[in-house]
Amino acid sequence: MQFEPQRPRKPVRRIDLMTYGFGSASEPAPDASSAPILYIEDITVSFDGFKALDGLSLYVDDGELRCIIGPNGAGKTTMMDVITGKTRPDQGTAFFARSVDLLSLSEPEIAQAGIGRKFQVPTVFEHQSVFENLELALYSNKAVWPSLFARLNGAERDRIEEVLAIIGLTESRYSRAGVLSHGQKQWLEIGMLLMQSPRLLLLDEPVAGMTHEETEHTAELLLSLAGRHTIIVVEHDMEFVRSIGRRVTVLHEGRMLAEGRMQEVQNHPKVIEVYLGA
Amino acid sequence: MLLKRDLGGTLLLALLGIAILVVPVLNLAVPESSSLHLSTYTVTLLGKYLTYALLAIALDLIWGYCGIMSLGHSAFFALGGYAMGMYLMRAIGPRGVYGDPVLPDFMVFLNWKELPWYWYGFDQFWFAALMVMLVPGLLALVFGWLAFRSRVTGVYLSIITQALTYALMLAFFRNDMGFGGNNGLTDFKTLLGFDVHADSTRAGLFVVSALALALGYVACRAVVSSKLGRVVVAIRDAEDRTRFLGYRVELFKLWVFVLSAVLAGIAGALYVPQVGIINPSEFSPLNSIEVVIWVSVGGRATLYGAVAGAGLVNYAKTYLTGALPEVWLFALGGLFVLVTVFLPRGLVGLFRGRKEPP
Repeated sequence: MQFEPQRPRKPVRRIDLMTYGFGSASEPAPDASSAPILYIEDITVSFDGFKALDGLSLYVDDGELRCIIGPNGAGKTTMMDVITGKTRPDQGTAFFARSVDLLSLSEPEIAQAGIGRKFQVPTVFEHQSVFENLELALYSNKAVWPSLFARLNGAERDRIEEVLAIIGLTESRYSRAGVLSHGQKQWLEIGMLLMQSPRLLLLDEPVAGMTHEETEHTAELLLSLAGRHTIIVVEHDMEFVRSIGRRVTVLHEGRMLAEGRMQEVQNHPKVIEVYLGA
Repeated sequence: MLLKRDLGGTLLLALLGIAILVVPVLNLAVPESSSLHLSTYTVTLLGKYLTYALLAIALDLIWGYCGIMSLGHSAFFALGGYAMGMYLMRAIGPRGVYGDPVLPDFMVFLNWKELPWYWYGFDQFWFAALMVMLVPGLLALVFGWLAFRSRVTGVYLSIITQALTYALMLAFFRNDMGFGGNNGLTDFKTLLGFDVHADSTRAGLFVVSALALALGYVACRAVVSSKLGRVVVAIRDAEDRTRFLGYRVELFKLWVFVLSAVLAGIAGALYVPQVGIINPSEFSPLNSIEVVIWVSVGGRATLYGAVAGAGLVNYAKTYLTGALPEVWLFALGGLFVLVTVFLPRGLVGLFRGRKEPP
């Protein structure tokens, strides 16, 4: 069963338009509440004949928390590579926030456009302090010369303190990131994404290697962030995906196999066959 | 403010300050009979070490902090040296062996009738001084832009930097390149009107070298203490992460690479009038590898470690090539192995306790 993403309800009342700040009385405007922030259509990526992604289409709504699951080699990481500009697809289209053509931008440009990415292996700057890690991630002018003369202002310091509190690392702000535990590094990396003030967060296995307690804490953190940010989580940990309990997309062999709530997806015969049934 | 919590740097600058005041006095004012007298040979040797130290700082900036292991940094050093050498050649004027007012001796010897276009302007010191920085800087800009844009990193980058300096060495060996071929540029007479062989000029060059090292240190310290410096360290430790945070990694690398090449060029320019010659062997890949050894012996990513390493290894070289010439290369190789295995953070690592470099 293929679950269609919800389409805008019609007719749209004017009061709705005003609420979202779109359009005017004379021209019809799309309903912002369910307009996809990420629009990926018919993406194909092949490596030496092997199709890592095979005509994948994916629509993610603004403010959504979406989980993506799938067996190894399903194309989850390749999909993230395409969205963040690391891999260029052979065909297809990918748009972010309606107008940003992801396929024409470089990685730093996509990052500046508001897409943050957490790697599968927690990747933080091990030789620098937790505070400096967050400072580096801060949304700011990231050109060379401004960096030479950059100084933190009060608001920026406050923002760093705020994120330190969110990720629970206030006490460790002057520790080198290298000495943090595995779970703390994962959080620090999520914190670095938050510093970028991204509209879309891509998290590749955010709870890998975490204790049960840390996993729970992470689920809470992500749920609290959803709404303010759009979040896409790639995860193997079914317990975690279930605890988030939002919309789930199942990938298999570079294609979308099913989409829906965890319960529905779990009972899908094909999903059971390729993934969950094992 | 910059030197707060930089004990090594404070010590270095203090030592340089003392040397600037004391060395010329011991050389020029203290009579030769006194045991405190410093010979001009020693002053020149120390001055040479200072220029090596500046080259080492330049390498540490890109290797220690940005993870770019250049095995061709002596190319920038030699280019700076050649730019200075060209000025010194033209400053000889009609005092050469053949007495040609414009053409350097080697061109007369090769039967050249006029000065190649790229020698124009080098009769002016300001022009040569500009070229000392511009030529290495431009080469680094073009080379770095191509390499970093294509995301050449690690050992591959090291190999192409090595190829770069080797290619330049072969080119400069050719007589028709117009840089004196095999023999290079030598027989210098005056620098800005001062006799390059005079004791006072040597002492002056020592002072200028010490000042250049101090300024180079402060400039590099300012860079690595800035946010730009933290970005550069971030690139060293997790290049992809840095890119996905929105930094254009290749531009940051290029910026420090060019700065490093300019510093190396300045070091080369100060080296040449003190040793009195510049020839293509300065481009030799072995020289570049030696610089890497200085920095790793001293300790990477500290800047002052590079200075200490350059000083100690070169002192050992001066001593050993005099006392036991056949042992030197084995000692150098052994030193590199020992430091890599037992002192991965170099000699300064011994004094820094468990504190990790940035």
